[in-house]
Amino acid sequence: MAEIQPFKWDDPFLLDEQLTEDERMIRESAFAYAQDKLAPRVREAFRKEHTDPEIFREMGALGLLGVTIPEEYGGIGAGYVSYGLVAREVERVDSGYRSMMSVQSSLVMHPIYAYGSEEHRRKYLPKLASGEFIGCFGLTEPDAGSDPGGMKTRAVKTADGYRLNGAKTWISNSPIADVFVVWAKSEAHGGKIRGFVLEKGTKGLSAPKIEGKLSLRASITGEIVLEDVEVGEEALLPNTEGLSGPFGCLNRARYGIAWGAMGAAEACWHAARQYGLDRRQFGRPLAQTQLYQNKLSNMLTEITLGLQAALRVGRLFEEGRMAPEMISVIKRNNCGKALDVARMARDMHGGNGISDEFPVMRHMVNLETVNTYEGAYDVHSLILGRAQTGLQAFF
Amino acid sequence: MKILVPVKRVIDFNVKPRVKSDGSGVDLANVKMSMNPFDEIAVEEAVRLKEAGKASEILVVSIGVKQAQETLRTALAMGADRAILVTASEDVHQDVEPLAVARILKAVAEAEKPDLVIAGKQAIDNDMNAVGQMLAALLGWSQASFASSLTLEEGHASVVREVDGGLQTVRVKLPAVITADLRLNEPRYASLPNIMKAKKKPLEEKTPADYGVDASPRLTILKTAEPPSRKAGIKVGSVDELISKLKTEAGVI
Repeated sequence: MAEIQPFKWDDPFLLDEQLTEDERMIRESAFAYAQDKLAPRVREAFRKEHTDPEIFREMGALGLLGVTIPEEYGGIGAGYVSYGLVAREVERVDSGYRSMMSVQSSLVMHPIYAYGSEEHRRKYLPKLASGEFIGCFGLTEPDAGSDPGGMKTRAVKTADGYRLNGAKTWISNSPIADVFVVWAKSEAHGGKIRGFVLEKGTKGLSAPKIEGKLSLRASITGEIVLEDVEVGEEALLPNTEGLSGPFGCLNRARYGIAWGAMGAAEACWHAARQYGLDRRQFGRPLAQTQLYQNKLSNMLTEITLGLQAALRVGRLFEEGRMAPEMISVIKRNNCGKALDVARMARDMHGGNGISDEFPVMRHMVNLETVNTYEGAYDVHSLILGRAQTGLQAFF
Repeated sequence: MKILVPVKRVIDFNVKPRVKSDGSGVDLANVKMSMNPFDEIAVEEAVRLKEAGKASEILVVSIGVKQAQETLRTALAMGADRAILVTASEDVHQDVEPLAVARILKAVAEAEKPDLVIAGKQAIDNDMNAVGQMLAALLGWSQASFASSLTLEEGHASVVREVDGGLQTVRVKLPAVITADLRLNEPRYASLPNIMKAKKKPLEEKTPADYGVDASPRLTILKTAEPPSRKAGIKVGSVDELISKLKTEAGVI
């Protein structure tokens, strides 16, 4: 008969013990950086809608950008669980900071590494890893969101390259980006979607900021406007054609988001627990009431299960056994549950919960975006619906 | 110059310790463990000396349970060059006593011949504050405890010590044992590239017997208890009542 052990309320299934020694160390470093350097500035950044580009340099110096990219290109060469742990620790502070990191790592460095030429890799990856370059990823268009195949951006062959025209929207990092990975239909390739790497300052390329966001306010978002942008042949990413290119990137980012959303949920859960212990009404702590404990127990359960699922998919990813539908399961579940946790935590904070003195409402409005971007909750339902019935219900 | 830094795996400073039901000690089952914060400061100081070109090699040593290997990896990721793990206890609840630790470290120092030992002033679990002093005595070396600043000179070290009521500067002859206080430096985070590199750095495994030391306990812990909880304060009605209570009850005026 095995001995009964004390329960660890903040790590119920002992997730930490399921990690390797270096994964634990990576998590510790990401946690320490996020708590010491990001947490003290998030309130002002969110309040004033301010994005500090220096954060890319700081993350780069610590090695948080390009965790899965090989060392020879400036990355770390670690596994997908390590990448997920970094996302979780950064998003424990703010989903906007995690978005900045995810876009750089999964949506810019990954396509350049996986689909780019050796010249692309050498030219861009080390500077993206150090944070000297900031990258962005242009797929979504005003009339092509969940249906990226409906994009209107076009690349036309010219004598020595391509001319691009079109508009992208909801692009994280774009107003401050140096490197733009842009997807367009290329007439020279039979109208198939191809990727292009553009650089800031190219004639006809602009990236105006989107104003008035009520979510992810610490992370800048913009458009990408392409007006007769002339690029050489070398701007084309040679090794991908069709939607599998952007989806290869999105799989990785979505996987990281599944971990990250749990970080935000944990922050809300811990805040609600502490608030319930500190706040006394009717002569006892709120945490000593059954309604409050029911909510805390729901949070503990969903977060524990969500993290364990993310770890399982991460291990399968590392073993080369990932199916994109697995990522749909955890992206959909973890973002949806994180949003529920955040809304509950805001509720449990009573009137105080609407103030930015407490992190819960900021996380809550951030998670509205996180639940929507990179495949909205309902779109992942369609992916999983198709996977089990063989019937597509997208259109 | 070669620097030896002993590091200890202790209960994480953020964890609220719980006393075991039988009162034999603090419950360490499923509890987060980390490098003793003062030892982190000692490692950081050694790494800074190496970065400044004043030291050539940093050896970190941990004495305790085999899980202390992770603590050594952290030190290697911060910038130490190699590590020795002396497994002196099988049970996380069985602490290795300061005298045994000092005797093992003495043997390590005799084999490795460092010019300097930088240790944390004490471990935050048992707060013994003993190993550095004992080690200096056993080796017959100079010692400077509670260092808040360390400057190396030719054959000497100049150390500012945090003493009651102020700062004391001492100059000690090398080799010496220095123990680090809180203000000596602010330790770095191990960067991800250095965490990956640390996996390839050498970590040697030893036992106390390899150094001819008997590490079995000499002390008996009679009782461990939670600190008494703070009693609620009272409100006084007037300044006169306050003064009277300060005189009669508190006895401070």
